[in-house]
Amino acid sequence: MTVEYNPDQKIPHPAMWGVLYKSSTPFWEGVKNKKIMLQKCKSCGNLLNPPRPMCPKCQSQENEWITAKGTGKIYSWVTFNEAPHPAFKAPYAAVLVELDEGPRIVSNMVDVKPEDLEIGMAVEVTFEDVAEDLTLPKFRKAG
Amino acid sequence: MAIDSIKDKAAIVGIGVVDFSTDIGRTEWYTACQAIKLAAEEAGVNIDDIDGMVKSVDDGPDPTYTGKGLGIDNLLYHSENHWGTSAMMNAVHAVAGGLCNYCVYYQTAHRASGPEKCISDFLVAREFRDDSLDMVRYDYFSPFGLIGEPGYVAMMYRRYMHETGIKPEQLGWVPIVASENAARNTNAIFFDKSITIDDYMQSKLIADPIRELDCAPKVDGSIAIVITTPERAKALKQEPVIINSVASGYALEGQNYTSYTRDVITDLPEMENMAKELYRVGGMGPKDIKVAMLDDTFAPYVPMQLEALGFCGKGEAPAFIEGGDKIRVGGQLPVNPDGGEIGQGRFITTRIVEAVRQIRGTSTNQVANTDTVLVASGAGGPADGMICRKE
Repeated sequence: MTVEYNPDQKIPHPAMWGVLYKSSTPFWEGVKNKKIMLQKCKSCGNLLNPPRPMCPKCQSQENEWITAKGTGKIYSWVTFNEAPHPAFKAPYAAVLVELDEGPRIVSNMVDVKPEDLEIGMAVEVTFEDVAEDLTLPKFRKAG
Repeated sequence: MAIDSIKDKAAIVGIGVVDFSTDIGRTEWYTACQAIKLAAEEAGVNIDDIDGMVKSVDDGPDPTYTGKGLGIDNLLYHSENHWGTSAMMNAVHAVAGGLCNYCVYYQTAHRASGPEKCISDFLVAREFRDDSLDMVRYDYFSPFGLIGEPGYVAMMYRRYMHETGIKPEQLGWVPIVASENAARNTNAIFFDKSITIDDYMQSKLIADPIRELDCAPKVDGSIAIVITTPERAKALKQEPVIINSVASGYALEGQNYTSYTRDVITDLPEMENMAKELYRVGGMGPKDIKVAMLDDTFAPYVPMQLEALGFCGKGEAPAFIEGGDKIRVGGQLPVNPDGGEIGQGRFITTRIVEAVRQIRGTSTNQVANTDTVLVASGAGGPADGMICRKE
């Protein structure tokens, strides 16, 4: 099962369309190009997730963006039986994916019902155009 | 390690509580002034003598505005701290440090009837002008429908279930005991309405695995607390409740309810850090605490706090809460005898009010011979707390 949306409601858009978390702009630019980008400290190689102005390990402010493989495992998930926002049709699940590189990101599954989710399930990224101006990185069962 | 000069240097001398409801029918400005007036009268302090005011950034009109409402001529000290009951620290530091003489800590929130500014919507986000890690949720979570605090907590709690093996039949005793306690509390929305394990198991899984009964319901209310030195307290009306220690807790990668980027997301390092400091400054340990006022905004945080604050060992909390006997009045560690926030509604300073009543011996659900109470707030984010005691 894939998340279903109410077509007359606007799906919440990330920061680059608004005024919010500007540090994530490279991530969302990457999504447009069908890539998951991660911020990496140039000094010590620490992956900074979520992106931020300074490496918490070495305090370097020099960083670069790398492309993640797009594979990982389900770390946790929540099934919404009541939609907290009118754009989403309940039930649907939000998943926390632990990428093979280490960072965890929130997403949705494609073609997996909430009741079939399992912690540790191997997943791989896929990109879904959910609105004319919005692509989201989602995951499907690997293999 | 911080200085411990605040130990026993401040006392709570008055409390004012405006009855809770789901539609209070007044402005927050009105009920803030009302609660402060009640607290000052209870303490025997003139409004004119109040020279310090503190609050959380979340709830109610700011001190200069509230002071104007009360007709206070001069404020020597006023400040706002972040969430939880952390403003208590400001009050204690201000009084113990001589910055003011009579400090009022007030919380006014009309969450049931008023515009919901703080919980699970976007108004707060729009007020921010720059990046903040708390804004990550609006950027990285919302497009995927991970919206609202029950969902944020559910993501952590699913993992907690996986790691600890806790079952709904165990967690359910948190809201059950809360409702039993609240059933004796005339100011609680669960007054006379205790629930059973069957009610709990049938409660809707709004954000599975979080049930509706795992969440503190929204209420309108207003509370004020008067703090001064133990010396000044001698001339006042009430037996003072001495603040033995007060502390905050911080940890890396902490984010309210959504600390998903830590190696381990199923413990409360902020609470552990806070507890270490509380016990060190106060010269006490978990065994010295007679009543625990814990953050039960969401039920899973209660077993997690029992472990983080040292009331039971790691991994023992699910068995500790099961059946409710250990956390009921008369048990090994009574938790939230007033019904907590699950039983009374989401109103954080109720914990301080109940701590005061337990030490005075005036609770609607009194624990015999209570001489020490621990108050903890901010589970799942920056934590704060205090230990208070009988004089």
